[in-house]
Amino acid sequence: MYIRPAVSSDLAALMALDEEVTGIAKRKYWREVFARYEARRRLPRFFLVAEYDGRIEGFTIGEVRAWEFGEPPCGWIFVIQVRPRSRLNGVGTRLFEALCNEFRKAGVKKVRTLMARDNHLVLSFFRSQGMMAGPFTELESTLD
Amino acid sequence: MKLQKASSFAIYAVLELAANPLRQLAGTDIAREYGISAHHLAKVLRDLGRARIVEAVRGVGGGYRLSVNPKRLTLLDVIQVFEPVGSQNDASEDPELATDAGQALRMVLDELDDHALATFQSITISTMLKLMARRPWAGSARVSKQRPRAASRR
Repeated sequence: MYIRPAVSSDLAALMALDEEVTGIAKRKYWREVFARYEARRRLPRFFLVAEYDGRIEGFTIGEVRAWEFGEPPCGWIFVIQVRPRSRLNGVGTRLFEALCNEFRKAGVKKVRTLMARDNHLVLSFFRSQGMMAGPFTELESTLD
Repeated sequence: MKLQKASSFAIYAVLELAANPLRQLAGTDIAREYGISAHHLAKVLRDLGRARIVEAVRGVGGGYRLSVNPKRLTLLDVIQVFEPVGSQNDASEDPELATDAGQALRMVLDELDDHALATFQSITISTMLKLMARRPWAGSARVSKQRPRAASRR
């Protein structure tokens, strides 16, 4: 298995993998995301895939953002997804480590993510990578 | 937030057993390692045995060993043997909880409970061992001076 940047020919496989994991087809969304990450390769944005035997087994997306919520630049992980049948084989860990390496090369010292509290699977994964609660609390309100 | 002593002792015991997967450990050895009551720990280990989290091995060289995969065993699994966590606490039907103030307070407490539940549920015993190996608290002012020693591979 190796980790590499996503290329345009991966798009169909990525959309299929996302649909397999989430059960929701989001073709327009993924085309837009891909275009955004393809078009701005100079920015510290990363779209990485894990490929094994010619097949994409997982992917991750992240970028360095500066002064979001008043914080110095840090790496944000937006997505990490692994094909269900390939889980527990270290695919997620390899993707996480590769993305963290990209963040280190970009000169940042912190990596952050945000997820649903009841998503125990993903929460446990990030915990197992050494992530702990950060300095933020997410708040929301219903707009009447 | 503070856990009951039995929950803390159970977590220490499970961490010791997970860190020493190839041998059985006596409760007295674990108690000595952490400077805690051997009598209290014996009761905790019996409760963990009934919950099928640990198993007793009899005979020469006997002791306790973990009977579940530490990658699948969460802090919540261990703590719940001894005390309720989070919103499971809300058995109270006190009349003042029906007031607006009571409802507002309940909403805030539920928020705290949700966080506690999600935290305990997402941290496995394996993750705890990794955390102990990394020692991110080194140099932190929040660390208690009398914390138990880390689980160690013998």
